[in-house]
Amino acid sequence: MASTQGVPPAFNNTVIKWIDKRLPIFTFMHHEYGVFPTPRNFNYWWSFGGIAMVMLITMIVTGIVLAMNYTPHVDYAFNSVERIMRDVPQGWLIRYMHMNGASFFFIAVFIHIFRGMYYGSYKNPRELLWILGVVILLLMMATAFMGYVLPWGQMSFWGATVITNLFSAIPIIGNDIVTFLWGGFSVDNPTLNRFFSLHYLLPFVIVGVVVLHIAAMHVAGSNNPTGIDPRGPQDTLPFSPYYVTKDGFAVVVFVMIYAAFVFFAPDFFGEADNYIPANPLQTPAHIVPEWYFLPFYAILRSIPDKLGGVIAMFGSIGVLFLLPWLDTAKVRSARFRPTFKWFFWLFLIVCLILGWVGGNPADAELKVGGMHIPLLWIGRLATAYYFFHFLILLPILGKIERPLPLPASIADSVLKPAVAR
Amino acid sequence: MATSSKSATMPGGAGHGDGVTRRDFLFVAAGATGAVGIAATAWPFLNNMNPAADVLALASVEVSLSGIEVGQAIKVSWRGKPVFIRRRTPEEIKSARDVDWHTLPDPQDDVTRVQKGKDEWLILIGVCTHLGCIPLGTAQGETRGDYGGWFCPCHGSHYDTSGRIRKGPAPKNLELPSYAFATDTTVKIG
Repeated sequence: MASTQGVPPAFNNTVIKWIDKRLPIFTFMHHEYGVFPTPRNFNYWWSFGGIAMVMLITMIVTGIVLAMNYTPHVDYAFNSVERIMRDVPQGWLIRYMHMNGASFFFIAVFIHIFRGMYYGSYKNPRELLWILGVVILLLMMATAFMGYVLPWGQMSFWGATVITNLFSAIPIIGNDIVTFLWGGFSVDNPTLNRFFSLHYLLPFVIVGVVVLHIAAMHVAGSNNPTGIDPRGPQDTLPFSPYYVTKDGFAVVVFVMIYAAFVFFAPDFFGEADNYIPANPLQTPAHIVPEWYFLPFYAILRSIPDKLGGVIAMFGSIGVLFLLPWLDTAKVRSARFRPTFKWFFWLFLIVCLILGWVGGNPADAELKVGGMHIPLLWIGRLATAYYFFHFLILLPILGKIERPLPLPASIADSVLKPAVAR
Repeated sequence: MATSSKSATMPGGAGHGDGVTRRDFLFVAAGATGAVGIAATAWPFLNNMNPAADVLALASVEVSLSGIEVGQAIKVSWRGKPVFIRRRTPEEIKSARDVDWHTLPDPQDDVTRVQKGKDEWLILIGVCTHLGCIPLGTAQGETRGDYGGWFCPCHGSHYDTSGRIRKGPAPKNLELPSYAFATDTTVKIG
C-alpha cells in the first residue's frame, strides 16, 4: 500500500524542515497517520484497536504515579495501597483508574479480538499481525496477574499461589520451577518484589510489541467489514481526518463508560476479599481470579487431571496462534459466510458460558426446575466445544461452506448497500 | 560454507576433502565461545531469582504438643507454609489403616506416614498438592471432607485421616515435613 501514499509533504516551518531532513519523523507520521489510505467502510468495531491503545497509555501513566507511593514489601504493601486511597492527594482516583483501567483494557482487547475473528482479519497476509496480537494478549495477562498481586490482599496472595502452582504440574522439574518463581518456599516477600519489578517492566514490552503489531498492520493494510482488498483510491479514505475523528468519537464514548465505573462503581469488577490483608495460613472459601481470566480458569478446572488442566488452559491461548491456518476458508468476512456467522456467535456464547462457570465455586449446580446440573459438566461441554470450534469445525467448514457472492469492490458495497448485505 | 574449490586456494584449507576450511572452524569456534559466554552471563541473573541464603536459613521450628487433646489438630507456620499437627483418635488411625492402600491414587501405607510408636501424631505440610491452597479440617468446626481428613475448598480435593488424596484433582498425598520428636511433648520441624 506504500505506493499509493503520494508525494512527500511540503513543510513550511523551518524547524520541522530542519529536523525532518535529518530524521524524517514528520514525513513518517504524515504517511502512516495523515494520508494513510484506509478502507472507507470501517464500522465502529474497528475503533477498538485505538481504544486499546488509549487504555494502554492510561495504565502506564496511572501506574507510574502509583509506584511513587507504593511499597513492595509484605509488611507495608497493603497499608501503602490504603494510604494511597486515603491520604495521598487524588490517590483514590488514580488507583481506581488503574484498577478499572485493567478491566476496560481487557474489554477493548477482547472486542478487538472477536472483531478480528468475525471479519477474518487473521487471514493471509495478516497472519503475523494476528500472532503479534496474541503475544500482546499473553503479555497483558502476565502483567495483569502480577499487578493484582501487588496490593497483597487475600485474593492477591491466593491468586498468586494458585497460578504459580500451575507450573508444578510440569513433570520432574515442576517443583523446582515453582521455588525459582517464588524465590523461596511459598509466595512471600521475594515473590512480591520480583512481581513489582516485572509488573513495571512488561507494559513497556507490550508497547514494543504494539509498535510491531501496528507496523505489520501498515504493511498489509487494514482489513475491513467486507474482507476484500481495496482496489484503488475510490475504496479508501486518508486516515486523517476521517478515522482520527471516528476513532476519537469512539474513544470519548468508551472513556465515558469507563469513567462511570471509576466514579460510581469502582469496586464492581473487584473482589471484596482483596480488602483483607494477605494471610498465608488461611485460604478464602471461594477463590476467583479477575473476570478476564474466568473462561480460562473454567477450562483449567474442567479437566480432572492436574497436568491435563494446565495444558488445556495454555492450549486455549496456544490454539489462537494457529488460527490463521486452522481456518481454511478463502473468504475473510463472516458477512459472506452464512454458516460460519452462526458458529461465530455460538462460539462467543460458549466463551461467555465458560466465564460464568469459572466465576462459580467448583461444586456449584445449576437448578432448572427439579434438575440439578453440576456446573462442572457445563464447563466440560463448553471446554470441549471451545477446542472443537478451532480444531475441527473451522478446518472443515472452510471446505464445505458456500460463501455468498462478494461485492466487486469496497466502493460498490458502500454505494449499493443491497449487494453488501 | 565455503566450496572445496575456494578452500583449495586458501592456505591451510587444502587437504580436507570434505570442503571444511580453517575459516569454518573459526566461525564455529567463535560462535560456540559466544554461546558459552552468553550462557555464563545469563546464569548469575537467573540464579539470582532462586531462594536467598536468609530464606534458606529459616530452617526449623520447635512446637510444643502438650496442649493438643486427642482428636484435635493445630496449624503452625514453617518456611511460610502451614504445617498440620493432628493427634488422631484410635478410630481415625483404624480407618486410615483399614483401607487397601494399594488402590489409592497415590498409594502409601499409613504406617510410613507417621513415626514408629507415634501413630497418633500425624504431621503434614498443609498445602494442597493441586494448586497450593490450604485444606480445611484442622480447626474445629471446619469441614473435613468425605474421608474425615481435610477438604480443599479451591477445587474440591478430599484427603483422608492419613492426609492421603482420595477424591478430587490433587495428584499426590499431603507432603510430610522432616521432623523429630525432641521429647514426648515437643517436636522439631525442619
